Amino acid sequence: MDKLLSIGLDVGTTTTQLILSELTVENKGNAFSVPEMVIGDRNILYQSPVIFTPLLSDELVDGEAIARWVGEQYTAAGITKEQVDTGAVIITGETSRKENAQEVLHHLAGFAGDFVVATAGPDLESTLSAKGAGAVDYSEKTGKTVLHMDIGGGTSNLSFIENGRITATGCLNVGGRLVKFSETGEVTYISPVLEGLCGLSLGEIPTPAKLSAITEILTQALEMAADLRPATALLDKLTTKENMGFWQPKKAEVISFSGGVADCIESTHPPFAFGDLGVTLGAAIRQSKLCGGQYRLGEHTIRATVLGAGSHSTQLSGSTVFFDGVQLPKQNLPVAMLTEPITAEKVRSAYAGQDTDTVVLSFAGEPAPTYARVQALASTIVSGSGNREIFVCVETDMAKALGNAIRLLSPQTPCLCIDRVRMQPESYLDIGLPVGPALPVVVKTLVLATKKSP
Amino acid sequence: MNKQELTNLVSEILSQMNGTQPQVKASEYKTVVYNEDRPDPAGAVDDVSKIDLRKLYLVEDPADEKAFRRLKERTPARLGSGRAGPRYKTLTMLRFRADHAAAQDAVFSELPEDFGQQNGLVSVKTECKDKDEYLTRPDKGRRFDSENAAKIKSAITGTPRVQLVIGDGLSSAAIAANAMDCAAAIRDGLKVRGIELGQGIFVKYCRVGAGDAVGDITGCELVCVLVGERPGLVTDKSMSAYITYKPHTGVSESARTVVSNIHAQGTPAVEAGAYVAELIDTILKRKVSGVGLHTEEAQ
Repeated sequence: MDKLLSIGLDVGTTTTQLILSELTVENKGNAFSVPEMVIGDRNILYQSPVIFTPLLSDELVDGEAIARWVGEQYTAAGITKEQVDTGAVIITGETSRKENAQEVLHHLAGFAGDFVVATAGPDLESTLSAKGAGAVDYSEKTGKTVLHMDIGGGTSNLSFIENGRITATGCLNVGGRLVKFSETGEVTYISPVLEGLCGLSLGEIPTPAKLSAITEILTQALEMAADLRPATALLDKLTTKENMGFWQPKKAEVISFSGGVADCIESTHPPFAFGDLGVTLGAAIRQSKLCGGQYRLGEHTIRATVLGAGSHSTQLSGSTVFFDGVQLPKQNLPVAMLTEPITAEKVRSAYAGQDTDTVVLSFAGEPAPTYARVQALASTIVSGSGNREIFVCVETDMAKALGNAIRLLSPQTPCLCIDRVRMQPESYLDIGLPVGPALPVVVKTLVLATKKSP
Repeated sequence: MNKQELTNLVSEILSQMNGTQPQVKASEYKTVVYNEDRPDPAGAVDDVSKIDLRKLYLVEDPADEKAFRRLKERTPARLGSGRAGPRYKTLTMLRFRADHAAAQDAVFSELPEDFGQQNGLVSVKTECKDKDEYLTRPDKGRRFDSENAAKIKSAITGTPRVQLVIGDGLSSAAIAANAMDCAAAIRDGLKVRGIELGQGIFVKYCRVGAGDAVGDITGCELVCVLVGERPGLVTDKSMSAYITYKPHTGVSESARTVVSNIHAQGTPAVEAGAYVAELIDTILKRKVSGVGLHTEEAQ
């Protein structure tokens, strides 16, 4: 049985956290069938304290301070960078909008381990937090539809889950730290996303009524997202612009919460306990329609995203795959999703759409193809890809046969074919060193809305 | 019977039920729905074997039908069949008997006479003279008479490293559905690894042990037998690949490596073939197959 040491590092709007978990790889197939490697257990070995994300200024994250802290946490956990097999660093919420977000992200990923991937993007945040909070498992076990909201400092990540599958993700600019206060209750920061939505000004000490007016607006936006209130322009205004599409309001049987603000929904704190809107927002959510039906707090709240990054970002490919002449691990391979039927022309334009020569050709594949179909597909891919390296990712179980067929048509080209991995649009693929017959992969996005320096 | 009719049926039964008597009386239960539009309204019955078992849920008044149906999607097992008193419902019983009959038919059906010729294989048969003898005399299904042995001898030139044998076994349907796609994938998978697969052999009335006799005749280093599995109540199209290193009559059964469950809903034929090719390469390198391969791995 193989074990993988996986790290998760979440650099969020408000807080930064790290976890180490041990992923156990086991063979689900029996001795008389084709192997079927899966990640069985996910065991959390170490959880760091939750620290405030170190900032150099309002526009710059202090990457060096985070790296130093990661080093300290490794020491505390008794491990070294070399022992880390896999994992993900995710930069989330407002922090992903900082000027140096990209640079810090890649620096941290390199610092944390050789196969630790850099990730960012609201849809990925939604997915990881829903998995980390246990909302996906809950939906899987109960068969109920779940709307999961990870309400952090700067953003709320939404996932709609049906039968244990995330069917929609979205992100709203709703968070506990859109307004910050000094110890004496004066406003010290107002996020630009609240422009035109709050009458606060810097330095003022808001009345409780003024404060709840803001959290009321934010809560209403969440209610609209959950289809518990007719959607108005407010929902659109508070939808983050990094997303692919507008969140379609959806009613679920259960609403589930995680993120720092989730901790303020059921427990009471003094209003300015964290120097922000969190406590008031949590109380407003408790009183709202969101908690009027069946709702639950995640098994993990503030740690949901980091747990998702540490325990759920790595998945295994199918156990019958092909790779030859390809140097592993590979990182940041852009993914081109091809629609059926696959033609040489579509393959050619997949390469043309990227700045690099390395593109993962991703398509659904066929459930039980004839070998003639596999050969035809191989020939299409070979003719469309010119003499470039070939990377193929299909959903159905056919990669090894396809890889062999490609190899015979094009004996020298480095080639990798994996299956049983579902891609997302605009994603990148990282491929690790083999674990038994399978390959660990991370399907990720790298959507940063970094503001350019003037 | 389609889903709508089934729903009607269940609601009809439910409406007939007395609130205090949850069980259906056998006399009230009708599974046969006559379709008035058929040309022969008197005799026509819907084909019960057409119903997708993963979608057939017959429990009355379930606590959570949605959840049960979701679980049923993942298994072909006959779950959620409800009951009529202490017994199966008529529909369940009819379907069970239909599947059982199909499994029996699969055993007795034969591949077309020219199957080997159509697929470029040398066609031979074991000592069995017909299906009945094949079923009752497993020993004969492992041997060739001198005529068939000579046919193999003359068709296979030299001493092949890997000899592919395709045998009907207990399900001709499995071979018709999977064997040639799987064989093509094995051939290419071996070619990628620098191993050429020579002339293949088709064996009628074939037991796995027929591969051992092929080993005796050809002197091959390894034999791979693709053979139809005994049909079950779930599928009659499942095939296995048995790989034996240094095959010869009397070789221990523990010396075989098997990849089973090759069919459209199990491991697809082409992918199984690609895997078998890799396995053959490993076995040739390690010079051992079967249990020995695994005990060596564990060390």
